[in-house]
Amino acid sequence: MPIMSYIQAITLALREEMLRDDKVFILGEDVGKKGGVFRATDGLYDEFGEYRVLDTPLAESAIAGVGIGAAMYGMRPVAEMQFADFILPAVNQIISEAAKTRYRSNNDWSVPITIRAPYGGGVHGALYHSQSVEAIFANQPGLKIVMPSGPYDAKGLLKAAIRDNDPVLFFEHKRAYRLLKEEVPDDDYVLPIGKADIKREGTDITVITYGLCVHFALQAAEKLAEEGISTHILDLRTVYPLDKESIIKAASKTGKVLLITEDNLEGSIIGEVAAIIAENCLFDLDAPIMRLAGPDVPAMPYAPTMEKYFMVNPDKCEKAMRELAEF
Amino acid sequence: MANRHTKLGLSDQEVLDIYKSMLLARKVDERMWLLNRSGKIPFTISCQGQEAAQVGASFALNKEKDYVAPYYRDLGIVLSFGMTVRDIMLFAFAKAEDPNSGGRQMPGHFGQKKNRIITGSSPVTTQVPHAVGFALAAKMEKKDFVSFVTLGEGSSNQGDFHEGLNFAGVHKLPVITMVENNQYAISVPLHKQIASKNVSVRSVSYGMEGITVDGNDPLAVYEAVRDARARAIAGEGGTLIEAVSYRFTAHSSDDDDNYREKEEIEQAKKQDAIVLFANYLREEKILTVELEKKMTAEINSIVNEATDYAEEAPYSMPEDTLKYVYED
Ligand SMILES: Cc1ncc(C[n+]2csc(CCOP(=O)(O)OP(=O)(O)O)c2C)c(N)n1
Ligand SMILES: [Mg+2]
Repeated sequence: MPIMSYIQAITLALREEMLRDDKVFILGEDVGKKGGVFRATDGLYDEFGEYRVLDTPLAESAIAGVGIGAAMYGMRPVAEMQFADFILPAVNQIISEAAKTRYRSNNDWSVPITIRAPYGGGVHGALYHSQSVEAIFANQPGLKIVMPSGPYDAKGLLKAAIRDNDPVLFFEHKRAYRLLKEEVPDDDYVLPIGKADIKREGTDITVITYGLCVHFALQAAEKLAEEGISTHILDLRTVYPLDKESIIKAASKTGKVLLITEDNLEGSIIGEVAAIIAENCLFDLDAPIMRLAGPDVPAMPYAPTMEKYFMVNPDKCEKAMRELAEF
Repeated sequence: MANRHTKLGLSDQEVLDIYKSMLLARKVDERMWLLNRSGKIPFTISCQGQEAAQVGASFALNKEKDYVAPYYRDLGIVLSFGMTVRDIMLFAFAKAEDPNSGGRQMPGHFGQKKNRIITGSSPVTTQVPHAVGFALAAKMEKKDFVSFVTLGEGSSNQGDFHEGLNFAGVHKLPVITMVENNQYAISVPLHKQIASKNVSVRSVSYGMEGITVDGNDPLAVYEAVRDARARAIAGEGGTLIEAVSYRFTAHSSDDDDNYREKEEIEQAKKQDAIVLFANYLREEKILTVELEKKMTAEINSIVNEATDYAEEAPYSMPEDTLKYVYED
């Protein structure tokens, strides 16, 4: 099985889906000739041509809105937002249109669009190239939000997103693009959207997280294992709508739960995860639910000192996990 | 001497059909106000004053192939594209059988896939990029249809107008945009909405044809849309059409219309397209007294039957609220 980086897995998923279904096409800024600013669409323009890998004008609401129109017609657009931070001009199209089309038309119309966007910090991207934006969309029924933690998941989930008949926001951690490598099958597999995944079995504490933080938590768990602390790690994979059943099961398993996100704490995805646990697991809990997240400041600063202060990292995870284990 | 419509290639029967569609839209609209004022429906929003533009345009499109992305005043378009008066009434009464939304949306938010009427929302102008997306699909799939999208002149100030039309211009997509300039955006008059001399000059920015036409003249609008469609199908890209008329009613049933002079409305009604076009057809001896009587009686009975049917029809079950968030 080939070893692949996160970004290579993304490119492969796109390519496989474009070969499988000629209704699948990519649109976004610099996705064509250049192959994307992160090179996610590398080589696809040469292979599939200008209209399957379309360089659009610099206008996010049009990228989303034109994609939505094409999707309503019956195409399978994969729209790229160059950075998740710049999805904001397209929010009206995503929330008022894509999310509500099926519902408002009583199931007559649907919008099978995938919107990909690189999110996350730790890359010296400062305020506007580092944000986590999933919480903005995570109370919009009609949308699905997928955030893969590694290359294997990225490929299988992106293929599932493209085949999904509803709009899917697909957030890829930009630091994971080249940092994470693992074996990725080059055959045609898809992973289920809406299902969380156990990334590590353990008995003392449970960590529930998603995206790059899964990687940090796994690293911390390795270290803690040496001290005899056994960590159970649940990767949400889909952060909206949440896989309640898996969350309840994972929380109940150890009775000690740490929730981690790279986003600012208040109003983030993990607040909802905490509510699900509080509602369902009261008598299984042996410690208060603990949360590790970014601070509640508008976004991540540029200077390395402040960026580091903001970002979740393996050390911060380890500290929080040990604290919880010792409770 | 050939008359105006034969010069355009329209038969006597076709212009009669245009008139009948305009009249039908007007009569359905008038009924909505009666139903609203008698407390039977909570809301209505009108096409009155814009029927000629809507119907003239529809008759220039291919009703078997083209996609339309209408806005809330486009009763004349959706009726021309196959939505029935019964469908419209079911919508007004918010009944389960409403094909637009199953009683979920306010009236005017049209959509019906089988007739290629693209579902719409309330935030204005979001439909423009959608229509461009349909046109992009036409180009990619090498299909010979166009998309046709409408909006008000106030709505042409939204970013989606610029983003959508620029996209269409860059890729020479077969989309026809018709701004129905009725002089007001709720209370704000045209001169406080746009600084350019009209809406259609904006087409220059998008590298597409732009034309301002008399929206009270269904034949002028027909001609503009027909030519735009021919260009679009020939691969020459989109057109921005501005159809100028006047909004005869308040903005909606919730608006008290206290910001303009009665005289201004009376003056505008002298150009009522329903009256002017009927006169034209009478002069051409196409619309006879007999025909007119028959037409009116037919429309009345359609509207009455549809109203009765919709009033009697059941609402959705309360738990239907939960349906169709995602694919089942
Ligand atoms: C984005 C957005 N802002 C405000 C409104 C409220 N609103 C509904 S219609 C309207 C005026 C629209 O005027 P115009 O585009 O000229 O269309 P008309 O109603 O005159 O046909 C406004 C402000 C809205 N629906 N959407
Ligand atoms: Mg107006």
